[in-house]
Amino acid sequence: MRTTITVNGQARALDLDPRTTLLDALREHLRLTGAKKGCDHGQCGACTVLVNGVRINSCLSLAVMHDGDEVTSIEGLGTTEALHPVQRAFLTEDAFQCGYCTPGQICSTVGMLAELEAAIPSQETPRGAKPALTDAEIRERMSGNICRCSAYPQIVAAIKSAAEAMA
Amino acid sequence: MSSVHDWEAPNPVKTNRSGLIGKAVDRYEGPLKVTGTAPYAYEVEPPSPAAYGVLVTSTVARGRIVAADTAAAEAAPGVLLVWTPFTVPAQAERPAVTDFWSASADPALEDDRVRYFGQAVGLVVADTLENATAAAKLVAFSYEQEPAQLVFDQHLGEARDPPGESDVRVGDFEAAFAAAPVTLEGTWKTPLQNHCQMEPCATTAWWEGDKLTVHTSVQMVRRTQQGLALTLQIPKENVRLLTRYIGGGFGGKGSSYEDLTLAALAARALDRPVKIALTRQQMMTVTIHRPATVMDVKLGATPDGRLTAMSLITTTHCNRRGTFTEHASNFARSLYAAPNRLTGHRLVKLDLPHAGAMRAPGEASGMLSLEVAMDELAEKLGMDPIQLRILNEPEVDPETGKPFSIRQLVRCMKEGAQLFGWDRRLPTPGQVRDGRWLVGFGMAAAIRGNFLLPARCSFFVDAEGVITVRQGMTDIGTGTYTVLAQIAAETLGVPLGAVRVEIGDSELPPAPGSGGQFGAATAGSAALDAGMNLRKAIAELAVADAGSPLFGGRPDQVTFQDGVVAIENRSERLGDLIRRAAPDGLTAQGEIRPAADARNWSQHTYGAHFCEVGVDPVTGETRMRRMLGVFAAGRILNWKTARSQLTGGMIWGVASALTEGNAIDPRYGSLINQDLASYLVPVQADIGELDAIMLDEVDDKANPMGIKGVGELGISGAGAAVANAIYNACGVRVRDYPITPDKLLAGLMAKGM
Repeated sequence: MRTTITVNGQARALDLDPRTTLLDALREHLRLTGAKKGCDHGQCGACTVLVNGVRINSCLSLAVMHDGDEVTSIEGLGTTEALHPVQRAFLTEDAFQCGYCTPGQICSTVGMLAELEAAIPSQETPRGAKPALTDAEIRERMSGNICRCSAYPQIVAAIKSAAEAMA
Repeated sequence: MSSVHDWEAPNPVKTNRSGLIGKAVDRYEGPLKVTGTAPYAYEVEPPSPAAYGVLVTSTVARGRIVAADTAAAEAAPGVLLVWTPFTVPAQAERPAVTDFWSASADPALEDDRVRYFGQAVGLVVADTLENATAAAKLVAFSYEQEPAQLVFDQHLGEARDPPGESDVRVGDFEAAFAAAPVTLEGTWKTPLQNHCQMEPCATTAWWEGDKLTVHTSVQMVRRTQQGLALTLQIPKENVRLLTRYIGGGFGGKGSSYEDLTLAALAARALDRPVKIALTRQQMMTVTIHRPATVMDVKLGATPDGRLTAMSLITTTHCNRRGTFTEHASNFARSLYAAPNRLTGHRLVKLDLPHAGAMRAPGEASGMLSLEVAMDELAEKLGMDPIQLRILNEPEVDPETGKPFSIRQLVRCMKEGAQLFGWDRRLPTPGQVRDGRWLVGFGMAAAIRGNFLLPARCSFFVDAEGVITVRQGMTDIGTGTYTVLAQIAAETLGVPLGAVRVEIGDSELPPAPGSGGQFGAATAGSAALDAGMNLRKAIAELAVADAGSPLFGGRPDQVTFQDGVVAIENRSERLGDLIRRAAPDGLTAQGEIRPAADARNWSQHTYGAHFCEVGVDPVTGETRMRRMLGVFAAGRILNWKTARSQLTGGMIWGVASALTEGNAIDPRYGSLINQDLASYLVPVQADIGELDAIMLDEVDDKANPMGIKGVGELGISGAGAAVANAIYNACGVRVRDYPITPDKLLAGLMAKGM
């Protein structure tokens, strides 16, 4: 099936098997391998990308459902020469070890910070209240991204320092 | 052979003139990882587009494959190849006896036997991943099933001493335990656990003529490469194995699996690159796991708290064909003084997937029993648990009588107690409330052995003065790239930016790989030796070069700092010297071997864990609120990456105490928790405030750098501190891990809470 997805600002015309997930379209067809396959079942968050600014598990979504969508993957956030503030913070706070969940954690962080900005409620913050960037709020909102190396304390520190740098 | 005394001489790591040793520098490969540009094995670009392989796994636990119907799969769109044990190409036979450290043939789909549920029994390769995945579901096997032994608890009576092992006895344990005025006796259970590395095992393979290149995700480079050559019956030099970025190992990638062998075979058969990744579900059974244990602890003490008798006997399991033993009693041999001691292991053979090493094999399970037993004994004696441990602190190794190389366990406990606020703990359980939560404190000691293995390394300096470290080592998230860069920069006196690190390639000087928290000490010591040899070569070059300001000086007086070589006030830039005097660069080799007398010392890493939990008496939910670990593990090469290793390990300990474990379906022998939704590794919301502190230490018996490992110390004992905190919070002991709400509720209700 013919599908056009704007990936990291570039329109990409694809001819895909309808069974191809957005994750596999990125990794196997566009060779953007930053988004990782950890479970292929939406359970680990390693495949997190932003679709129209919202974080999703790209393994749980078929690519052909995203015709006309704007996808931002880790490759669209920054480069080794020009790191995104969240990438910079993950590096300096040592918020990763093996690095396999990291692109998903970083995309998830960018999406999560936007959700805070938009006052989207969570377990920690009821509807109508303005969420604050507390440790508990970060832990609640980032629990969809597993880090088996368990860099969780460092990830919380990185998110706080990135938010400060971006403010 | 060398002696540990040879290691006492000064060297650049000890002198640390530039201050790079210990410095909390960012990870060397960090920029690649945070931008998603570090290529893991499945992501490497082969010379031409790869075909996709998908494994098919068994649906019975034990028996024989009597027929394989592959017609539908072969006719499916895009399918290039379907293999079963009846059609897989010939490979070398598996040797009758294998040992972990030696390469041996590991044939895939080797025969018609099914030895466990979820064993790889077939392969489908197709043009796309979707076609391969769909076709793999069409392969139909017929089995002749045989009765399988599946449930560990039901076969404890068949437990035997592991091959070649017997109990270790000191004094007369039975008599001393019978005579002890105060005794504590109990049985603790730990479940089967899965590594759940974030990156499933994967391989990309291609051939150029008779030369094979494989990118795969393994912890051990040389052994895996040699094993693959043996399996394929081709010369070792025809196999190049690369493993540059590894998405978590934890012991589970110390072995390789069918993805490696079958990708290589299929790429040869199809004459095109092939890549195979295990699915998350396949990871649970195709790869190894930490086996369940049943641990029997007996402690005898005097009324004033001196241990007179101590015993830990662990029963565990492995596959009927395997030999792996979870040595969960070993740590107890060096931890506490008691004149009468008995430790040992029993092994049950089951028709389950293969047991193997998982982060801190032995300690991770074992300390969940003894360190809780010590807490229970302290309560029985009316003593503080730290005081009980200090009272039983041995002066020499209590089993062997050997001196400790260095042992700062008591300091870890005392400093941890102070930093954590241990004095606020109320010894009687159930006394502290915070809203709906019952709050408690717990602590446990940590011990984990320290090891050094043989390794080589080479250093190269080019005409720009850039140092390249080359070693067939791996970085599984441990920080290998970074600490090798630090050692090289400090040794040659160049900035970190002037160091390149090349690892994860079988064509590089061999190192044993990552495991057993021996990586940094082993790889780093070989690197230091290579660096010393390169210094010597550069110094000799400088003093013999008439164009150098150092000409005519003594090579042993040459200093290396800030990218400059100097003898007192005569100096030049390292790059200038090399460009002029050795424009093709200089290479030096280095090597480390265990010292001949290393075994004359009892050598370990130590720590103390402190934990505060909240227990909800209504739901039985436990929340880890606060945790601190204080560790003594030799000189620390990088305070940032070492701390991360330790905190990561501690979180594994929290998971072992609270959530983590798998269960067997007794009908089929399958693992009940087949994915990351049901196998509960911790997520952010499970972990409260948590930190690790490292004490200043140098272990001069460990290696020339005086460093030790930290990758496995953090988990050792951590779960016991959580369990002890739960008891202090609510007065309930659960000896069957993990301590889930259902188990805790039963105890809470029995207490009328």
